[in-house]
Amino acid sequence: MTETISPAGDVQLPDDAFDADQAEGLVTSVSPSRMAVRRFRRHKLAVVSLMVFLAIAMIVILAPITTRYGQIERLPAIGNKVGNSPPSWKAWFGTDDLNRDLYSRIIWGGRVSLLIGIAVAVVSSIVGTAVGAIAGLRGGFLDDALMRTTDLFLAFPTLVLLLVLRSMFSSLKWLKWLFGDLNSIRFIVVLLSILTWMGTARIVRGVVLSLKEREFVEASRALGASNSRIIVRHLIPNSIGPIIVSLTLAVVGAIVAESTLAFFGFGIDPVYATSWGGLLSDAKGAVIVGRWWLVVFPCAVFVLTILCVNFIGDGLRDAFDPKQDRSH
Amino acid sequence: MLRYILRRLLWLIPTLFVVTFLAFCALRIGTDPLASFLKQNPRASLANIKQYKSVNGLNGTIPEQYFHWLRHFVTGNWGRSIKGSTPVWPDLKHAMANTAVLGLFSSGLGIFFGLSIGIIAALRQYSKFDSVSSTGAFVALSIPPYISAIVLQLIFAVYFTRWFNLDHPFLPTSGIYPPGHHGFDLILRIKYMILPGVVVAIQTLAVYSRYMRASLLEVKNSEYMRTARAKGISERRVIFRHALRNALIPVTTFAALDIGAIIGGLVITENIFGYPGMGVFFLKAFNNGDYPQLMPWLVIVAIALILFNLVADVVYAFLDPRIRLA
Repeated sequence: MTETISPAGDVQLPDDAFDADQAEGLVTSVSPSRMAVRRFRRHKLAVVSLMVFLAIAMIVILAPITTRYGQIERLPAIGNKVGNSPPSWKAWFGTDDLNRDLYSRIIWGGRVSLLIGIAVAVVSSIVGTAVGAIAGLRGGFLDDALMRTTDLFLAFPTLVLLLVLRSMFSSLKWLKWLFGDLNSIRFIVVLLSILTWMGTARIVRGVVLSLKEREFVEASRALGASNSRIIVRHLIPNSIGPIIVSLTLAVVGAIVAESTLAFFGFGIDPVYATSWGGLLSDAKGAVIVGRWWLVVFPCAVFVLTILCVNFIGDGLRDAFDPKQDRSH
Repeated sequence: MLRYILRRLLWLIPTLFVVTFLAFCALRIGTDPLASFLKQNPRASLANIKQYKSVNGLNGTIPEQYFHWLRHFVTGNWGRSIKGSTPVWPDLKHAMANTAVLGLFSSGLGIFFGLSIGIIAALRQYSKFDSVSSTGAFVALSIPPYISAIVLQLIFAVYFTRWFNLDHPFLPTSGIYPPGHHGFDLILRIKYMILPGVVVAIQTLAVYSRYMRASLLEVKNSEYMRTARAKGISERRVIFRHALRNALIPVTTFAALDIGAIIGGLVITENIFGYPGMGVFFLKAFNNGDYPQLMPWLVIVAIALILFNLVADVVYAFLDPRIRLA
């Protein structure tokens, strides 16, 4: 930012918010959200990822139209093979050992995996935001307890933590109303939410800690606002950026965690539903016998989805950070 | 400094106490050791069961059982596994050694190449190399290890073997030696470690290249770099003496934390490649509900994490005189 001196001799400071529009003589004010959208659009990969992700989401949501066969429908023999037939016109991505169409199963599985990802992200964002905001504002015991538990949980390998907690929660009969059946979708969603909300809480706590000493919070408190009003009206709206970024990361985290569990045989029972994790764990068995289609297609779709959400998260991070220069 | 280290080490004891107690409760609620015992010994008589319960301290409340376990653990009486009834320590020791070898091999590779890429990318910011390596690292971080593992297995173990008409897999996919092999053989050992090593190294490489790039860029934009250049020092010297040395400080502490996490952190990769380290040890013990094996595993992993956390702090203070440990 350089100082420009007008002929009259008075100093003018060019403002960042004054844009090209201003120069053309059109007086338009650019709201922070418009600026955020503009910064997001500058991140080319994020924009492309958003479009690809929306396409994947549409295909998955419209599964009854986009799939060719049912989730567990067994096809009649292709050629003379009643299972594991390679890609053909009858089954674009080939079939698995029970001669089920892989293409359709990937789409059906996407429903379950995306549902898990979004459900976990929403639940843990709500819980994490609430706890993080209260802990940051009130401090004291709650804050200490939150930070210590999070430290403990973040230190251990995720898979170990998931397995130990999974077996513990499934044995606690009085939690059955919350968790439902072991190997059900609900169990996975609750289990992953329990691990995920802490990350969001930590982030929100950090933002709240830096915000709570600011003048507008002081002013609001001086006007007699209660803690809950300060949280709802001031702290949460001002930390919405980091919350949304951590929400996208939670989607990825949950999808990956679910498939990790499934990969090692602790996932959703195929009786309940097929998820991408289930397909990936089938892929594990197909490697040594060289059935490449069972490995390549599920892995490709899975990685593409994760990559898209990660890039979207990256773009959002740039978008919500007003200090972001173009160095990315 | 010494006082600081001693105090942190003393803190290790209460921390471990809390961690092991929580882990013990979680395991005891989640897995029933008696059920695991009966699964392994279906024809155990009532007297057998009674004896097993008293030897392993399975009578009484969970806190009582915990203190029974703790007493035995501290006195070096680590007991025997439920499955196979083998002593816990020798197995655990082997697993630890194997994991350390794989972890150091792959982290060494990953850190070396990661740092190199990060340095080049930061020195040539906005160049083609920079954008390709940054995006590449981002992509690599988005691929979970089990996916890269099965894809690598498919390519190098299955299809390479078919294409080149080999009579044995181009690269082996599981274990550390071919079945029936005895003794030490460096070539074979490395050959068996390539695929799991690469899977871990890809992730490490991606993390470190991003981290190094960010750290070096921050240093590059600092005032003392301008001062150094203004003094008329050659660009080479500015980069090696001023920029790199400072940029490596946060990376070094990060590496110390990472090495501490190796011991328990390769669970996924080890299990896919059947590499007999701590990860395979854990999953086997977990599947068998074998708490005599699980508890020492957790203690060792926790100690490694806490100790290397301390190492990271001490190294940081040592490298950066601005940091004072109190």
